[in-house]
Amino acid sequence: MPEALDPSLVALYVFVLACFIGYWVVWGVTPSLHTPLVALTNAISGIVLVGALLVTGDPDAGLLTKLVGFIAVFLASINVFGGFLVTHRMLSMFKKKK
Amino acid sequence: MVLSVNLQAVAYLVSAVLFILALKGLTHPASARRGNLYGMLGMLIAIGATLLGDQVQDYGLIVVAIAGGAVIGIVVALRIQMTAMPQLVAALHSFVGMAAVLVAVGTFLSKRGAGELNALLMGEISAGVVIGAITFTGSVIAFGKLQGLLSGSPVKFAGQHLLNAVIGLATIGLAVHFAMTGSLVSLTLMTLLAFTLGLTLIIPIGGADMPVIISMLNSYSGWAAAATGFTLHNNLLIIVGALVGCSGAILSYIMCKAMNRSILNVVFGGFGSDGSAAESAGAVAAEKGVKSAAVEDAVYWMEDANRVIIVPGYGMAVAQAQHALKELMEHLEARGVEVRFAIHPVAGRMPGHMNVLLAEADIPYDHVLEMDEINPEFPSTDVVLVVGANDVVNPAAKEDASSPIYGMPILEAGRARQVYFLKRSMRPGYSGVDNLLFYQENTSLVFGDAKQTIEAMNSALKGGGHGH
Repeated sequence: MPEALDPSLVALYVFVLACFIGYWVVWGVTPSLHTPLVALTNAISGIVLVGALLVTGDPDAGLLTKLVGFIAVFLASINVFGGFLVTHRMLSMFKKKK
Repeated sequence: MVLSVNLQAVAYLVSAVLFILALKGLTHPASARRGNLYGMLGMLIAIGATLLGDQVQDYGLIVVAIAGGAVIGIVVALRIQMTAMPQLVAALHSFVGMAAVLVAVGTFLSKRGAGELNALLMGEISAGVVIGAITFTGSVIAFGKLQGLLSGSPVKFAGQHLLNAVIGLATIGLAVHFAMTGSLVSLTLMTLLAFTLGLTLIIPIGGADMPVIISMLNSYSGWAAAATGFTLHNNLLIIVGALVGCSGAILSYIMCKAMNRSILNVVFGGFGSDGSAAESAGAVAAEKGVKSAAVEDAVYWMEDANRVIIVPGYGMAVAQAQHALKELMEHLEARGVEVRFAIHPVAGRMPGHMNVLLAEADIPYDHVLEMDEINPEFPSTDVVLVVGANDVVNPAAKEDASSPIYGMPILEAGRARQVYFLKRSMRPGYSGVDNLLFYQENTSLVFGDAKQTIEAMNSALKGGGHGH
């Protein structure tokens, strides 16, 4: 069997390519929406919630791990819900002349 | 129900694509709300796929934590004032930072329990902890400054850079030691030092540099999420972290460029008013004196104008004058005056701050123009009304090579026929630099609170103006 690729190297591939996508997409964002951009990226960085869920939901996790995970889920949830909602509120205000 | 690992990976891919489309939506205000919906959908799919996977088997705590976070997040998002957006964003950044620290620590604890630790994994955990911790305390300090809990002026002390360098190197040293040995003591010390570093890095930075700091912490929160992704071998976290990290980095770059300063200068410069600046050209001009004008004078010129450009700055946000400005715009438009708003990239306390406040006041976004779009319009403009802005219209940035703000791109308000500055007092702008525009032949200052002054203008216009 041929030698398998190290999973960390795959992760690095994904990371570098995602950086390029981010670079090109974000340069296209109009400056008038920079505040919503910060709020939206904030909301989607609430994706650490996924990591927090994996830590907390692990059936083998000890009490300390569960406690740590619990706080992380709580904080990341504030980000996800608060971030998307406040972005929505802001974007609803941007109107063209009637 | 158990989702297979492969199916979960497909769901994560869909979610990653939706996040990219969400950012893409912000290319234009018309597509932005749809973009945000893509983002929400992406998050829903990501959370759903995680909960249905076989790694998550214990739901009790999770449901409680999500519900608690959701209630707080929703209540805050609904009640927050638009002027307080920079503070909210800083607070939210701190939560991402702390969550990243906790996830990294939690991963360490569970992998140690399972005996699956190795040097690479512990290196990744270190990255998550350190970046997350700096993001956390840095954002808490930024929040404190923006909320007015801490002084907004730059805090400088001797040996500041040396202290940061020592803490930074010690943190890296401990991270290496931790990765090699898995020592809990090193992990703890490293975490504490990283928290300290966030504090010592951000505390020296003054209020008007906040657009850069908010962008930078935005970037850090992304890199923290990406580091967590490496720790967990989760590609979705890596992708999202990279997107957010890039976004914040680009914003930092744009903000720095708009101040003609390097990121290093912002982070280590401790730029800001200490009251001692303004001796050269400013002092000379000061002897020429400034003209002050009454509200009626400004109204007289504006109602007869073909085009009026309004330049809002942080002072507009402080005075909450955006709604009064909307009314002024309507009065003038009813008289056939074309009214536009000119936005400098670093006006306010975060990128795009002014645009959101004007949008909140129902000012159509096609009336709000960026610096490069509007600068050619100033020479053919009759009246410029500067509301709570200062450094961003200071011609010293172009004319006075000895000025600290020399080289900074500005809104060329001074090229209009008439400039009216709404000002509380003669205090210089944040940079501490005297504004050469005050002394220009075509400039007059209208003293008073911005909101009250504009309201006075509105009542004068309501009363039919001067009827000529």
